[in-house]
Amino acid sequence: MPNYILPDFEVERRDDRCIRCRVCERQCANEVHSYDEENDVMLADELKCVGCHRCVALCPTRALKIVKYSGTFRENANWSNQSILEIYKQAESGGVLLSSMGTPNPYPVYFDKILINASQVTNPSIDPLREPMETRVFLGKRPQNIERDETGKLNNNLPPQLELSVPIMFSAMSYGSISYNAHESLARAATELGIYYNTGEGGLHEDFYKYGPNTIVQVASGRFGVHKGYLDVAAAIEIKMGQGAKPGIGGHLPGEKITEDVSRARMIPVGTDAISPAPHHDIYSIEDLRQLVYSLKEATEYKKPVIVKVAAVHNIAAIASGIARSGADIIAIDGFRGGTGAAPTRIRDNVGIPIELALASVDKRLRDEGIRGNVSLVVAGSIRNSADVVKAIALGADACYIGTAALIALGCHLCRTCHLGKCNWGIATQRPDLVKRLNPEIGYKRLVNLVTAWQHEIKELLGGMGINSIEALRGNRLMLRGVGLNEKELEILGIKHAGE
Amino acid sequence: MKRVYVNEKWCLGCRLCEYNCAFANSGEKDMVKALKGKKIYPRIRVDEHDGITFAVSCRHCEDPICVKSCIAGALSKEGDGMVKLDRTKCVGCLTCVLVCPYGAVVQDERGAALKCELCLTNTAGYPACVKGCPNAAIVYEERD
Repeated sequence: MPNYILPDFEVERRDDRCIRCRVCERQCANEVHSYDEENDVMLADELKCVGCHRCVALCPTRALKIVKYSGTFRENANWSNQSILEIYKQAESGGVLLSSMGTPNPYPVYFDKILINASQVTNPSIDPLREPMETRVFLGKRPQNIERDETGKLNNNLPPQLELSVPIMFSAMSYGSISYNAHESLARAATELGIYYNTGEGGLHEDFYKYGPNTIVQVASGRFGVHKGYLDVAAAIEIKMGQGAKPGIGGHLPGEKITEDVSRARMIPVGTDAISPAPHHDIYSIEDLRQLVYSLKEATEYKKPVIVKVAAVHNIAAIASGIARSGADIIAIDGFRGGTGAAPTRIRDNVGIPIELALASVDKRLRDEGIRGNVSLVVAGSIRNSADVVKAIALGADACYIGTAALIALGCHLCRTCHLGKCNWGIATQRPDLVKRLNPEIGYKRLVNLVTAWQHEIKELLGGMGINSIEALRGNRLMLRGVGLNEKELEILGIKHAGE
Repeated sequence: MKRVYVNEKWCLGCRLCEYNCAFANSGEKDMVKALKGKKIYPRIRVDEHDGITFAVSCRHCEDPICVKSCIAGALSKEGDGMVKLDRTKCVGCLTCVLVCPYGAVVQDERGAALKCELCLTNTAGYPACVKGCPNAAIVYEERD
């Protein structure tokens, strides 16, 4: 079959700088670089380059540059190069196109059209370096009323809560989709930061049970790795109904990634494909969901909050209302820009809705129905910086999940080829020689630094608004203004336009 | 004393340490000027076999056999524990290369011996292999 594919990138090598150390060649799992001893030149096969920048980052003389491929088909505003190349790929393979990480398409990012308030003259701002500033939050069901015993003392009727030092958690990423060292980095960072990481649907490696108090374990449609010990060790249990990057479909971890260790954690044979069905076959209604929520609570003696994670889709407000009545303690909503280790391209790029709109409408619906206190809201799906966190909280979230941002902190360069399993940064791979490239000793410190930096920035933003706790910001939409948004968008977001 | 240690678990075999070593000992300010078009003689070398890689450099032994074997008196054990090579005295007999149990002493372009002196005698001031290791596989620390 002829191959019409064009390269995505060109490798530019400044020969006046290249010292032929061949680090690029040794570090490229895609085998782009090679050395021709006879002519003493470095060669590059550009077609193999995924743009991960491992070679660029390690080149000791900065001789390398990866640039966008400059070749083009005849210019066409309708048929982009991308559209044409995708057709070539499918005409060649006959298969569904696969992609990784969040959609790169230019959909509106509402966070970038929302601005934050600050105090001037009539109300004082607060200096977080001089005055206390509370970033701690608790996730879980709030008690509906105060109960007292016959002597008038308060009954402790507080349902189980998760305590977070800062309203940020690491999103669900399974052991299998990411490496052992990536998981260890996340687990250690969560422990040091006083937050939580999430196992994803991959079970829990025995080495990581010691991080249990900072672990959220996931129960998804494939039920991989779920057993009593797994549920018992965790701080909370998450039922995964959907994922922002691929709402409505399941998961598929190819057999090559099911190594000995992954197979043990998932409780499936080595080398078999791990297929998570699209639906939970026992959940066809909110009543069915309630059964699973209570099965999990029963199994863990009502000591742990249960999270239900759903993708942001068209009827998200009604769905969230149902979940809030199902007995779940926390709802996690994942927007359509969220990342993934692999998803069909068409689904990732066309299904779901933006998290900002989903969050605003869910928060409003739950308030209108008087059930906002039944649940905490956690949002995910491309939270890129501390300002996104602050905006999400002002729109009504209790906390945010970060996945892509955490991976970028670990070295991910967003080349979006996780599905190839050859991650040069040791993150989305199970190849031992690549996994070892991520030293968790470095990785966990980078994650701790990232979240600590965001915490500082959140405090600065809060202080500027004259607010001294996350609690006082939650759902405080008066602190937000839209720019360049139409009436309908402002109505859904529940915010005023800048200048109003 | 503080020594350079390598953790094989994290060594990627990228060989950046070799180039950083050669650069640090070149006396040049620019790596391209120092190493472009030249064969390098690093004092740390990556050993590679069957998928396992790790860098080897002088262990600065408590009782260094190289010092004992040096016929020219070029090698000495310093007060701080470092095994030092006085290259002005080296006659290039290479006995030290033969006796070193770690293969950590090598030959330079002139045929004289060459070994790691922890970047304490060159302009780097701190082991360049440690500083440049992308995966913290090489560390410079005090151990019992």
